[in-house]
Amino acid sequence: MTRSLNRLMPVFATTAVFLAGFVLCSLAYPNFASLRVVMNLLTDNAFLGIVAVGMTFVIISGGIDLSVGSVIGFTTVFLALAIERWGVPPLAAFAIILIICAAFGAAMGAVIQYFELPPFIVTLAGMFLARGVSFLMSTESIPVDAALYSHLSDYAIRLSGGARLTVPAMIMLAVVGAGMVLLHLTRFGANVYALGGSRTATALMGINVARTTVLIYTLSSVLAGLSGIVFSLYTSSGYSLSAVGVELDAIAAVVIGGTLLSGGYGFVFGSFLGVLIQGLIQTYISFDGTLSSWWAKIATGLLLFAFIAFQQITLYMARRSRLRPAGVAQGVLQP
Amino acid sequence: MPNDDSILLSLTGFSKAFAGFVALDHVDFTLRRGEIHALLGENGAGKSTLIKTMTGVVARDAGTMRLDGVEIAPRSAAEATRMGIATVYQEVNLAPNLSVAQNLFLGRQPTRLGLVREREMRRRAEDLLAGFGLSIDVAAPLESYSVAIQHIVAIARAVDQSARVLILDEPTASLDAHEVEVLFGVMRQLAARGIGIVFVTHFLDQVYAICDRITVLRNGRLAGSAPVAELPRLDLVRMMLGRELSAATAQRPPRAPATDAAPLAAFESFGKAGTVAPFDLTLRPGHVVGLAGLLGSGRTETVRLVFGADRADCGRAEVGGQAVVIASPREAMRLGFGYCPEERKTEGIVAELTVRENIVLALQARRGAMHPLSRREQDEIAAKFIRLLDIRPPDPERPIGLLSGGNQQKALLARWLATAPRLLILDEPTRGIDVGAHAEIIGLIRDLCAEGMALLVVSSELEEIVTYADEVIVLRDRAHVAQLTGEAISVPAILAAIAEAPADAA
Repeated sequence: MTRSLNRLMPVFATTAVFLAGFVLCSLAYPNFASLRVVMNLLTDNAFLGIVAVGMTFVIISGGIDLSVGSVIGFTTVFLALAIERWGVPPLAAFAIILIICAAFGAAMGAVIQYFELPPFIVTLAGMFLARGVSFLMSTESIPVDAALYSHLSDYAIRLSGGARLTVPAMIMLAVVGAGMVLLHLTRFGANVYALGGSRTATALMGINVARTTVLIYTLSSVLAGLSGIVFSLYTSSGYSLSAVGVELDAIAAVVIGGTLLSGGYGFVFGSFLGVLIQGLIQTYISFDGTLSSWWAKIATGLLLFAFIAFQQITLYMARRSRLRPAGVAQGVLQP
Repeated sequence: MPNDDSILLSLTGFSKAFAGFVALDHVDFTLRRGEIHALLGENGAGKSTLIKTMTGVVARDAGTMRLDGVEIAPRSAAEATRMGIATVYQEVNLAPNLSVAQNLFLGRQPTRLGLVREREMRRRAEDLLAGFGLSIDVAAPLESYSVAIQHIVAIARAVDQSARVLILDEPTASLDAHEVEVLFGVMRQLAARGIGIVFVTHFLDQVYAICDRITVLRNGRLAGSAPVAELPRLDLVRMMLGRELSAATAQRPPRAPATDAAPLAAFESFGKAGTVAPFDLTLRPGHVVGLAGLLGSGRTETVRLVFGADRADCGRAEVGGQAVVIASPREAMRLGFGYCPEERKTEGIVAELTVRENIVLALQARRGAMHPLSRREQDEIAAKFIRLLDIRPPDPERPIGLLSGGNQQKALLARWLATAPRLLILDEPTRGIDVGAHAEIIGLIRDLCAEGMALLVVSSELEEIVTYADEVIVLRDRAHVAQLTGEAISVPAILAAIAEAPADAA
């Protein structure tokens, strides 16, 4: 049993960091420990949480997706133009943008697979492409006044103490839940892990590597599109400069959540916690009121360093214990 | 014979050429039900090409294949697996990060409503492995288990996918004796179930311990196929190395009796677990020690230990009467050792650099970056060795990758000679070079020896070893098993030592 528990170690560590951080904040600011703060944490980081789920799949498979921030930006601009200028009904616009994003992700996945190019380069190209197109469509911030937008931003499940579970938060929680099921409980999820473990071995085991790769990047782009919809609801506008650098925040959240950048190991729930930790730092700074918001970046950077060091140390320890000349004696009944 | 009911898989006339080079030349192969069939051959004999063409990894140029009497032509490893031919490679081709259960059932996990039934999958995995005598936590990642268990998991996966033919490509290369026994138990059990097993290995003892039949390939051709009982070791070794009795009488040129010079380096009980058993080795100035043995017998492993490329975990080393620890090639170089590796292309030359740059590489490395050789010194050294070794074309500024194999080998030799080593280690110095260059390299070896350099040479060319070695050490199954000196050195004597069954074997 202990062998299986070892894999959860990074997630336990992330959970501990989040809880410790929350306790520290609560000690500093007694108002902090409230349902309201927690709910706001979910709402404010909903868009980041959604892309981080997609990024978790990509990174576990041994890849990276740098295009997600630009895809969010593109989505907000597209939605604003479609709804405000072209008169498309909001729900139809949502459907169209998700289809566009799926095609975009599938194309990147196909290029990575069939031209055997590194995901870093392909998605970097995707990042410039998506950002460029959003600038081409509009360089200014376009407000969205659709009725659905105001309804959705007003709608919330009211909880005790004035806390509100908003629509963006609900979408994020649903995505995190669905992501966990997809990654941990389906054949597709197992294939994602297998790809990160060994691409050649996965192919030799008869898994359709091409299909899996294309699906992974499609999923990441669709979730980026969904995140763009949430971002657009959250800000009620579309702007080509929105969500610049969000891909890096998402990668940071995934790594803080215990996923190895080299692929093969990680959990959706860890990435969710990674997002919350980043949000927690941001919230602390706004509670403090005197600190510059750049401290959030510095704290995130330090945390990243700490987590990468932690991962390397645990990996090293695991390898060392494996190198012990145990042989087959353990676990073999009858030789 | 062709209508024999016991025949499971038969290949006829398998041929494959890569860019004009014939890797397989009309090879026939027959595998019977419940048979463990050894596929043997030295490097480049065509074993791996045969396996790749059988499993569809590489398309064959000609030949037919029948499985259970039905003609098949798989176009990929996955297709071959579906048809019932599974391969387990030396490198375990599973996902190390996934659980044992996931590895066994990846792509065919039991599901309900699209969700994997984890508990059901684990139960089935435990049942499956229990059939192989394995009781382990199937939820643990595969990588937390030893290579032997990983091999058994890979075999279990293959067999569970209704494999009728199982190809094991050097599965025992990284296993210890006990693990090999466990694997053999599994193989015998599968054979008893009627599965035909093709077993590729370099260990002759293992062949005689478990196999029913042996097929030997040599230079892409079928060298012979016989039941184990009808093929004694000596005949097998001859078949593998391609020596006829007539050829096995290479004359040893008369030479001056070996001088009893003080040893330059002496190794005592030197070895590394899992690499090569502890050995004694004495190297003297003006003395050539040859290492003979089949591929994988521990020759290269021995010289890598001596040069510090791998670190010995037992024994003592003395150089010039002083105890030393050789922990890295840098330290070996400081002691005056030089090493020309076997894999010229990957471990030796830097193809893009010029002949001059390749020649001065080792000398520069020994001096350190703080003491660069001036361009004039470099030119002088390069010119000197190009003249001495007759490297052609005699252009020091030519990229070395454009030279022929023999000239690359000479440039590599020059690299080490430039450092004026006291001991020079050559691993297969004549591999892959033309016949004329062979003679030149052998001449060079003799000259170097006459100048008082100590030499340690690994070679598969027994006639060559016999002509230049003062002492021949024979290796078998990763141990030094015999030492021949002076007049005792002859091709038949070496062959006999390679083929000799160990005392404890049947």
